[in-house]
Amino acid sequence: MSELRRNFIEGLRAELPILIGVFPFGMIYGALAVNSGLSTTAAQMMSSIVFAGSAQFVTAQLVSEGAPAFVMILTIAVVNLRHMLYSASLAPYLKDLSLKWKVLLSYLLTDEAYAPSILYYEKEGLAKYKYWFLFGAGISLWLNWQVSTAIGVFLGASIPDDLSLDFALPLTFIAMIVPVMKKQPVIAAAVSAGLTALLAYSLPYKLGLILAALVGILVGMLLEQRESAKEKQ
Amino acid sequence: MKDIWFVMFAGGLITFGMRFSLIYLFGKFDIPETMRRALHYVPPAVFSAIIIPELLLSNDALDLSFANTRLLAGILAIVTAWYSRNTLFTILVGMAALFLLQWLGL
Repeated sequence: MSELRRNFIEGLRAELPILIGVFPFGMIYGALAVNSGLSTTAAQMMSSIVFAGSAQFVTAQLVSEGAPAFVMILTIAVVNLRHMLYSASLAPYLKDLSLKWKVLLSYLLTDEAYAPSILYYEKEGLAKYKYWFLFGAGISLWLNWQVSTAIGVFLGASIPDDLSLDFALPLTFIAMIVPVMKKQPVIAAAVSAGLTALLAYSLPYKLGLILAALVGILVGMLLEQRESAKEKQ
Repeated sequence: MKDIWFVMFAGGLITFGMRFSLIYLFGKFDIPETMRRALHYVPPAVFSAIIIPELLLSNDALDLSFANTRLLAGILAIVTAWYSRNTLFTILVGMAALFLLQWLGL
């Protein structure tokens, strides 16, 4: 099997279990969007134009509250700020690609495509055709998101919201991130970010998430520095 | 809601812009070493910041009681993830635990 195809298939394989968690999430979005007053076309198209789960949820919510357009746009921007961190974090691995590929992979860069890809790249390092992993993960998630949205839009109000299917999403993140909690600075970064997120939860527009991420990164770096200073002594 | 198409296109463009920004920029310039080290902590920090409130808050208030079924199912999922290192298995165990706890009426 060629390197290209191997990476593509590895990406698909890593994404597969995540798709199972994301599928109900897409259905819930689709149902919520039409119930909050969006047309079926708009509800469906948002999944390809914005293509960002939590931002789409918040937008649907704001539509039902009758929020003004600029508030919705600002909210989408702030809720999606974390993607700049993903962009920076993947940048070294995508550095030598053509502009076309950078555009395509950026469009496909969601939480759920980023998570398995960065873990794979950090483990396997940089090599030719490695970007096909991200492409495989991203494109399968994209298809899955469009189909699950369509089913949610179609079923609309008949999806019961007390089924707790949305819990599958945090579970996929647990499944991805817990196994890499090996070194002390990494654990400290996660714990401090989690605590900050709790304390800052009431901040509007999910700003608490960004603050928490920055605190976690800072704590991780400080501990790493202290450890390497100890080793030198 | 006629503005919604404007909101979607503007929101989509901004989202794409943020996803593209540093992938593009760091193709032109080198990433500073400090930043490279900082970025290593993005996944644990961001995902933990998403997970922890999902488990510990119910109806926007801290809930550390046994009645918090998401917390119990989440802890079981964390243990499962640590030992099995299997994504699908972890999701299935977590969902099964949540359904079971809710069915038991906890």
